[in-house]
Formats: sequence, structure tokens, C-alpha cells
Amino acid sequence: MTELATYNFAYLDEQTKRMIRRAILKAIAIPGYQVPFASREMPMPYGWGTGGVQVTAAVIGPDDTLKVIDQGADDTTNAVSIRAFFQKTANVAVTTRTAAATIIQTRHRIPEAALQTGQTLVYQVPIPEPLRFLEPRETETRKMHALEEYGLMHVKLYEDIARHGHIATTYAYPVKVEGRYVMDPSPTPKFDNPKMHNSPALQLFGAGREKRIYAIPPYTEVVSLDFEDHPFEIQTFSQPCALCGAKGSYLDEVILDDKGGSMFVCSDTDFCEDRQAKGHRGHLSANPAEAAE
Amino acid sequence: MRAATQVFEGGFSDAVLNSQEVFRALMDAMANPGRIMLVRDLVNAPAPLTPVMAAIAATLFDHDSTVWCDRAIAGSTAAMGWLKFQTGLKLTSDPSGAQFALVHDIDVMPSLEAFAKGSSEYPDRSTTIILQIAGFSGVEALTLEGPGIENATSFTPSNLPKLFIDQWTANRATFPRGVDLVFAGRGALAALPRTTRVSRGEV
Amino acid sequence: MYVAVKGGEAAIRNAHTLLADRRRGDRSVPAIRLDQIVEQLALAVDRVMAEGSLYDTELAALAVKQARGDMIEAIFLVRAYRTTLPRFGYTRPVDTGRMAIERRISATFKDLPGGQLLGPTFDYTHRLLDPALAEETPVETPARRVEAPEQTPRVTDILGQDGMIEADGELPEGSETGDLTREPLSFPLERDLRLQALSRGDEGFLLGLAYSTQRGYARSHPFAGEIRIGEVEVELEVAELDFPLTLGRIRVTECQMVNQFKGSSRQPPQFTRGYGLVFGQSERKSMSMALCDRALRARELGEDITAPAQDEEFVISHSDNVQSTGFVEHLKLPHYVDFQAELDLVRRMRAEHERRDGETSDTQEAAE
Repeated sequence: MTELATYNFAYLDEQTKRMIRRAILKAIAIPGYQVPFASREMPMPYGWGTGGVQVTAAVIGPDDTLKVIDQGADDTTNAVSIRAFFQKTANVAVTTRTAAATIIQTRHRIPEAALQTGQTLVYQVPIPEPLRFLEPRETETRKMHALEEYGLMHVKLYEDIARHGHIATTYAYPVKVEGRYVMDPSPTPKFDNPKMHNSPALQLFGAGREKRIYAIPPYTEVVSLDFEDHPFEIQTFSQPCALCGAKGSYLDEVILDDKGGSMFVCSDTDFCEDRQAKGHRGHLSANPAEAAE
Repeated sequence: MRAATQVFEGGFSDAVLNSQEVFRALMDAMANPGRIMLVRDLVNAPAPLTPVMAAIAATLFDHDSTVWCDRAIAGSTAAMGWLKFQTGLKLTSDPSGAQFALVHDIDVMPSLEAFAKGSSEYPDRSTTIILQIAGFSGVEALTLEGPGIENATSFTPSNLPKLFIDQWTANRATFPRGVDLVFAGRGALAALPRTTRVSRGEV
Repeated sequence: MYVAVKGGEAAIRNAHTLLADRRRGDRSVPAIRLDQIVEQLALAVDRVMAEGSLYDTELAALAVKQARGDMIEAIFLVRAYRTTLPRFGYTRPVDTGRMAIERRISATFKDLPGGQLLGPTFDYTHRLLDPALAEETPVETPARRVEAPEQTPRVTDILGQDGMIEADGELPEGSETGDLTREPLSFPLERDLRLQALSRGDEGFLLGLAYSTQRGYARSHPFAGEIRIGEVEVELEVAELDFPLTLGRIRVTECQMVNQFKGSSRQPPQFTRGYGLVFGQSERKSMSMALCDRALRARELGEDITAPAQDEEFVISHSDNVQSTGFVEHLKLPHYVDFQAELDLVRRMRAEHERRDGETSDTQEAAE
């Protein structure tokens, strides 16, 4: 605590928190619209979660329990670092259990366990503008959102189909929120897109370097863009998790040797550990006798 | 003399944690339209400011916020002195240029149309109107639907701006432009963001 | 049996300890002191102050030390500290006409009121490594001006007297000077915000852009009207006082470029300006800034926007090195979830490709 003792609760000064809080309220009122905010320099680099950290810092209080994940895991170094930051500056309770958290800050995943009313999911967003790779100019993309002119996005997706036979976007797959704004869900795999739809949890998105905050209130329609003849599909895995045997969770491929050997394990470490604690086993878990389950 | 000292008193006893608490109530209210969020008495402001309205002001306003106050509030030297001292807010007499509005007398307030609705490129540059009401157990029920609401919910504010359903329908019609409302009742608050669809009657 | 990798916390702790060890280096070598950095690596300190947007030599020196001499890391440290500081108010504009000048040169006039003053410059040194500097050697006391003028008119003021150069720009009526650290930028910008962004922009990035304008990518026929380095007073107006309060003095470098003239049927031709002002001593940065400022005024001056240096959104969105370094380096963070998604897609598409190939060769065989 000593090294940061001169900083405010949750690091940010009150004036900055008020500015972010005002932006959050507007973001919730206009689902999927990117609210510009005067993002501050944070003590971690831009691109490493400064937007998510600022949103969390503006929202968090002493009664909260915080979970931080990166790639679905609580123990990746950047997740550890951000969790330690809030322990140090806000002295809040932390957890790895999805169900026990009131605020979950995430990079690249939505937890497998369904979120509950009262939970807030804070996404770290690198490029908040879904149209940015089609049109690099902010002045232009802002106009496109204003006019609800999303033809370019459909053209891009359709070109994928023409060229590859598929929509070739696998993560950061664009969604339409409440029938109005096309929104970037952050670089989560498209596997997670359906979890955003009608979630009981509040979803907040913070992009620090790009200075934008946006939100999806609970029970809000979130539709992944697609075509009638090419409906949106999520990834499926041909095998269950090697540790907990879960089918239908998002898996990471772990390379086991240099001869092409690999295994697939849940990217959501809490989900996987929880299943193992309940006795579920995969074919490479500690007790192969139970793997038959 | 009393008015002068009042200005310096009655702010949050713990500016950091109190404002966090009030903000969470506001955030949850905005995310769950029509849900009644309890707010403790955290400030003591001169009349006609009520503890909830004053706590919202102390939570959200500072010298970067432009605020319009209705005649009942603007006419009270003590209330205005308190707001200025506690928040440093910038005042405006033009509701269409306000980020926030404080309305004590809901019956004689300007129409929602008079406030800032933002532009289609920046719909966030709109007014959040904070309305003083007696409470949330009014006789006339409204049905709310839209983002933040699972299916539908009932909302029974004790009073509403005139011709509210018509005004609100007009506000919704300009989406994403529009105003957002926060109702400050006794010991509680609730919100109606511009996305909420309102109709008469219970769910 | 497979056990997932754990221990991020321990890894981070160990990495920090190792970093501190490497920062200190050989313990038999005395630790470098902040006053040594301030005095002897003054231009490094100046750059950190300029791009960190915080004028404090000691903090900048601390940042340089803590960053092991990595300038952008040092700038980042200063920025992250600066953002937590309370804001008491905005000072009056500094008056560079009243600068206590250490160096002042003009490339447009051989002599001018106040004179040319070479000052502490590398310009005419021969870039020969000086082995004597490897040791502590006595240094001569420099000559000083007997009497420095209180005011030295700026070349642009002199040119401006008979309308040969456009007046200093003015903000549109009713607009207040912006502050890019307090409000998100929205394009297009006014010149006030653009100059703020350039002043804290990365020296190397602006240098490259400025150079590109000289090579024909938005040529602006620049003349270095004047470059001056010295100390100016910083004054704050306090509501209760009827005179401004002097907070102290800061060293700045100012560059006024005199550029391509323009005129019209209604307006006689006159030279245009590009402006650069940075904390500390940095001619390279202030000159680059002035060239970029001029290029970015294309819209205002009705010029065709054809080159990168004229593209406001491109230049300003990519000039901040703390932002740039963060996002480029964030590629070090794990991306295995996204990569897995791509891997899966490429595998699927390859399988389909092979199947199609197989089918075509089958049909070919059948046809043969």
C-alpha cells in the first residue's frame, strides 16, 4: 500500500471519476453508441487495459468483489497485474469465482457461466470502432453511425463469403445493438457473441487509448451481423476439454511437443476448475480412471 | 447569516465513498429503467434541494458540467450557493445548452423538447434531467419496456411532467437523440433513459 | 497428466526484482544521482518534460533513471504521474518577446534588433568523439552578455509591422482555448488543440513528417524566421489580486517558420506561419513542430490536402508516443483466444480446399 499511498481510492482523482461516470450514464442510455471521454494516462500502458481499468475504477466501491480475466484465465500475467492494482489502490475483495464477483473485468472472453443480475462485466477494448478497418477516419465513421449507414460492413462480410465461402471474421465479430448501432464486442471470439444478447448483467466497454466508453444494459438485444443464406455460427470444437471433459466451452489449444501433439483445454479457468472440483474429468486429467464419465 | 454558513455545510461526509455509492445507484437505475434504488441521506442541502437531488448533484457535477436549474431552485440564494460551493458547476439559463437540469416544480417545467437532445453524430451531448418527485408509490401506473427491462415492468412515480406519454413518445421518436430522466424521490431514485418505451397502465 | 501453468504473480514479482537489479547494474559503480542527470543529461530531461507535458526537471530526471534511459518509458512515467495532479487553473499565455534569451538565430535576416546570439548549440561543433570527456576534465567558464535586453522583438513581429506576414492566428469568436488532456479530441480540430498535440508529440515522428514536407510531400517553402531559446515567466491570474502572480520561470524553445506567401484578388500577398513551442531546449522538435503546424493548416489556407503531413486526423492520432508504444507493444500480451479462432478457421478452410482439390482431380480423372 505504501508506494501508492498518495493516490486516491481506486487511483483516479474524483474529477476524473465524475467525468467517466457521466460518460457511463450516457453510454447506458444509448446502447452500443461510443461515448467520447477524456481518457487519462494510466500507470499501465495504453493497449493493456487502460479503458477497462478506468471504467472499473469509476464504478468500484468497497463492497465490491472483483474478478479479472485475460483470455478467460485469472492467472495470466496482465490479469494478475490489474487485479493487484485494484487490491493495492482500492483494497477491494478479489475472487476468481465468476459467481462470487460483482465486477468482472475482462480481456478477450466472456465467462462460460451465465452472468447474473447485479453483475457488471467490464471489457477492455483496443479498437472500439467496428468500422475502423473499413474506414480509418473517425470523421467518416462517425457520420456512418449517425446515418445508420452500415452497408460497408455488410459488403465486407459478403466479400469474405465470396472469397472464402465463409464470413472470415472469427473474433471481434460485429453486432447490432437494439436494432440501431453496429458495435465492436472487443476481440472476444465470436463464440461469445450470443452471451451478450439479453444478458442479465450490465456490460460496460472501455477503450482508453481511443477514448471511448460504450455499454449494453441488461436484457438488451444484441444480434451478430449475418445473411439469410449465411447465418451467424459460433465455433465448435471436435473434442471436449482434456481436463474437465466439458463440451461446448471455448477451448485453448496447448502444444504438448514438437511433433504436432496438442491438447484442448477450457480457456475459462474458473469454469474448468469448478467442473473438476465437482468431479468431472477429461482424458488428460489427474485421474484418468474417471475420464470415462 | 444562516444561508451563508449553510453553503459550506451539508456536503458529503466522505466525498470519495459517498459519491461512489450514489453513482452506483444512478448507474443501476439507468441500466434498469423504473427500478427504485434506495439512497441514504448523505447530504444536507438548503431547501428546495432535497437530500437525494443534492446528492445526485454532488456526485455528478463539477466545473466541467453545465447545469440548468428551474425557477424554484435558481430563485433560492441558499440552494444556488450550496450547489456552486459544493460542486463548482457552470450555470446556464438555456435548457437547450445544459448537460444536466434540476427541476423542482415538475408541473411548470419546460417541455422535454426545450432541452438538449444531442446531435445524430453526438447523441450523448444531451440533457440528463433530474426531476424532484414525492415518491414512487403514485396512483397511476406506467408500463415500461426496452433495454434494461426483462419483458416489462410497472413504474408508479407520484407525479410526472404534463402530457408525459406524448412528450416521451416524441422524445423516443428522435432516438438516438433525446433526453434522459432521473427521478429523485424521498430516499430513493429511479431513471428513464431515452430507450424506454412507456405506456399507460400496469403490466 | 497435464497441469496448467500458474504463478503469474510470482513471475511478475521476480521480473520486477530482476529489472531493479539490471537498472542498478554493477554495484561497484556509484549509483547515478538525479542532480547529475539534471545537470549533465539536460537534453534528455528536457525531452521527457516536453513530451511528458510536465515541467519538473527533478521528476523528469527520476523518470529517466527509473526507465534506464528509455526515453519513451520515462515520458510515460511522467505522464502517468501528471494525470493525477489537481488542476488549479490555467496560466496566462507566456510572452516569448520578453524571454531571457540564451540563443536566438534568424535565417531570414543577417542582423536584426536584439542581434543573433549563437548560444549553447551543437551546430558548429565537429562531430568528433572527444576522448577527454571520458574523464572528468575542467571546463572553461563561458562568456556572458554584459547587459541583456528586457525585450527582444520577434522576427514575425518585425515582418508583421508592414503586413508582410499574416497576423497570429485567432480562435473563432467565443471559443475558449481547449485542453486536450481534459476533453476527448473530436476532429477536425482548431489550431489550439493541434499545437498542444504537436508540442507533446513524439520528436521522431514529427521529425520524419517535417522532413517529408521538405521532400515534396506538401512543400511549404519554409524559412526559419527565428528560433529562440531561453526562460520565460509563467504567470497566473488570481481572482483576488489585480496583478498576475508569477509562479516561476521555465525554459522553452520557440520556432517561427516563415512560409510560402499567399494572396488573392482581395488580399495582397503575405507570408504565412508555422509555429513551434516546446519545453526545454529542443530546436529539432520545435522546428519539426512548426513545419507540421504549417502543413496542417492546409484546410484553413485552402490548400489541397495531398500529403500525410497535411492529414490532421492521421498526424494527430499517431503522434503521441505513449499511445503508440502501448498499442504496438500490447501485441506481447496473450492473444491465444483470438488466435485459436483464426487457427480453427484456417484449418477448416484448408480442409475444404483439399476436398475441393480432390474433387476436381477426381472429375479430371473421370474425364480423361
